[in-house]
Amino acid sequence: MINQIIDWLTDPAHWSGTEGIVHRLVQHLEYSAISLVIAALIALPLGMYIGHTGKGTFLIAGIANSFRALPSLGLLTLIVLVMSGSLPFSIAYLLPTVIVLVLLAIPPILTNTYAGIQNVDAEARDAAYGMGMTGGQVLTQVETPCALPLIISGIRSAALQIIATATVAAYVSLGGLGRFVIDGLAQQDFPQMAAGAVLVAVLALLVDLVLIAVQRFVVSRGLTGRYARTTASSDVIEAESVNTLSTAR
Amino acid sequence: MLSYISDNASTLLRWTGWHVVLSLAPLFIGLALALPIGWLANRYRLVYAPLVAVTGLLYTIPSLALFVFMPLILGTQILSPVNIIIALSLYTLALLVRTVADGLASVPDDVTQAATAMGYKGLGRLIRVELPIAVPVIAAGVRVATVSNVSLVSVAAIIGVPQLGQLFTSGFQLQYYTPIGLGIIGCVILALVFDAIILGVTKVLTPWRRQEATP
Amino acid sequence: MIVSAISVRLKHMIRFDGVSKQYPDGTKAVDELTLEAPTGQITVLVGPSGCGKTTSLRMINRMIEPTGGRILIDDRDTASMNAAELRRGIGYVIQHAGLFPHRTILDNVTTVPKLLGWDKKQARDRARELLDRVGLSSELVDRYPGQLSGGQQQRVGVARALAADPPVMLMDEPFSAVDPIVRHQLQDEFLRLQDELGKTIVFVTHDIDEAIKLGDQVAVLRVGGHLAQLAAPADLLARPVDDFVADFVGRDRGYRALGFARSGEIPVHAEETVRLGSEVSVDGGSADRWVLAVDSDGRPAGWVDRASSDDTGPAEGSRLHRGGTTAKQDGTLREALDAALSSPSSRGVIVDADGRLLGTVTAQEVLDLIEARRSDARSGAGAGSGTG
Repeated sequence: MINQIIDWLTDPAHWSGTEGIVHRLVQHLEYSAISLVIAALIALPLGMYIGHTGKGTFLIAGIANSFRALPSLGLLTLIVLVMSGSLPFSIAYLLPTVIVLVLLAIPPILTNTYAGIQNVDAEARDAAYGMGMTGGQVLTQVETPCALPLIISGIRSAALQIIATATVAAYVSLGGLGRFVIDGLAQQDFPQMAAGAVLVAVLALLVDLVLIAVQRFVVSRGLTGRYARTTASSDVIEAESVNTLSTAR
Repeated sequence: MLSYISDNASTLLRWTGWHVVLSLAPLFIGLALALPIGWLANRYRLVYAPLVAVTGLLYTIPSLALFVFMPLILGTQILSPVNIIIALSLYTLALLVRTVADGLASVPDDVTQAATAMGYKGLGRLIRVELPIAVPVIAAGVRVATVSNVSLVSVAAIIGVPQLGQLFTSGFQLQYYTPIGLGIIGCVILALVFDAIILGVTKVLTPWRRQEATP
Repeated sequence: MIVSAISVRLKHMIRFDGVSKQYPDGTKAVDELTLEAPTGQITVLVGPSGCGKTTSLRMINRMIEPTGGRILIDDRDTASMNAAELRRGIGYVIQHAGLFPHRTILDNVTTVPKLLGWDKKQARDRARELLDRVGLSSELVDRYPGQLSGGQQQRVGVARALAADPPVMLMDEPFSAVDPIVRHQLQDEFLRLQDELGKTIVFVTHDIDEAIKLGDQVAVLRVGGHLAQLAAPADLLARPVDDFVADFVGRDRGYRALGFARSGEIPVHAEETVRLGSEVSVDGGSADRWVLAVDSDGRPAGWVDRASSDDTGPAEGSRLHRGGTTAKQDGTLREALDAALSSPSSRGVIVDADGRLLGTVTAQEVLDLIEARRSDARSGAGAGSGTG
């Protein structure tokens, strides 16, 4: 069986053309990137605003809990069904899917951004204001850089969520790597199905690795604990565990 | 919607039952494995980083892909519910190992030392002192895992394993909103009920925290 | 006290004018506080928790807005200034330093100069100079706060507050989160720094000993934000206005007050000495059994018990009793008395500024001196208590 999967993956015919791996991979990345960017554009400023001002914290608890309970497949089928009839064919499946992906990616980014900003050392924040920083300067020069580890792990969760759900979206006729799984299933072609699963897993892993590299690059060494590390309080651990490892796939 | 429910009552009941089993069985399996492994990761800090890395790796694999891998690894039938249970147990384990380790790490040192000084040791200290104090952190992880499981189970409908997710696939094929809406509501209710139960159990286990607001 | 005579003509740098802070729920943190923190001096606000000392401090740079009264800096009402600009002109040091964990030590210190738009090179040079001044070695400048000890972090906090050379400094329990030995070190260095810089400083602490050690004047606040007494440390110890202040200042305030009284030209007796390492003559003639060993520069090394039967040989090593303290001749009466009380021979060792032996003094002689000073002070009341 393993050999059949390797055979399927190494067959050049499976790599080219509009049904080929390269094209599917590009599609998958396209949907994912668009959705992640839109979700970040919404969730980052909102999370920063709520964390900085302390206004609207009810949104955080509400969104974090209720969105996690929403089944992604249910949301996908419902929104595609509702919207596809009234949309031109070219985006009939893409737009509803992107909406669902964005909806599912917002909570991890939002809650982690909020938690990151909120968990910034109260003394550092106090000192920042005391030295004459304006609210905006405190947010951009102190709170956000200090919150980056949590913010980026939120983005990582969101990216994994998006890639996983984009795979499922092949069920509602979207392109991308999920097609191999869905088509393989429909055609009783198990090697194709398993190869699709392998490709999706590898993609998810690579994207996560890239984001880890980004995290290494943008987060200050003063925060990463590669030097002296202060022990985190249980509250922070609680928030971290919940927020970074959250979300269904 | 009501007529749909009454027309399909027995099927709905069977799917709900399966959904409960497929969500909860992995929870218990995952938690039972995560407790000793998490304890190891906390006790021997050397294994913490590799364990968290490996479980993190597991967590990146999209659920649909993992469901497909299972028959390959286990030699089971593609439609077997065992695939779903094992796959979700792995996710649960991945999430809870770190939570358990972090939860145990959150027990203040002076408390552990005081317990040792009073004569607790080894397993006794773990069960009577450390685990109870770690309950809030572990419970937070269990809540996330449970709610995620409920949603993840429905993805298995694509492969054809019977549970509430079937409402989404059949509704989509029939272009019919009612079963999809019903499925979403059913999943959310299940998730909320499980969440409430875990919250209740946590409160019973941690009477000293009752004054505090729940997050 | 020459300073107070002049300060009448100087404008007061920070003035609290009937300042109150009342919270929406009705609790009063500060109640009608009127107080002046004179230019170039350290004013310490001290009191039990809940006395509003931190609130008062934070109202100066408007981290907390007063609900009544005015706070003036150089006769300008702070309420009329832009809060951020006001704060950039005031150094601010807090308990756990509040360093930015994501920035290196150097970047932490250049924060305010950068906010003020200084040239980058100029800001960095200034930061290096200040870090050196607060006693941090130059290899630390590129480290992160997490790599520093609490005491080092606190030094960085002080350097950061001084970076833009503000005339005013606010310090909120800056030394209370470090261990006692480091705390004393930081306090001593802080006083030395202040001697050079002459900033106008408002300093908050709950520790009366710290207040007395550091303050040019000390304001004791009581719960509810009332000013109980404002006085120079020596006056506070000598004349607490009421039971609350007396109680807060503490039991052994009489003894501690000696720490502010200069011993002056305390008369000493010549002391028989033996050179370190040389033989001790067993027969001391008229002198008693204790003889003082000194090194080749004449610095006292310890007392030798010549009557000791089980310990013979040259005056060195374990034959030396090192328990006694020494007092400088221009030091305080407290040091002199302590030297006498801690000496095994009951004779306190008095040394000159270089630590060389001048002679000894007995506890009774110190007490007589104290008595003489007290009667002087009573007959010549108003002449001042002489801290400055």
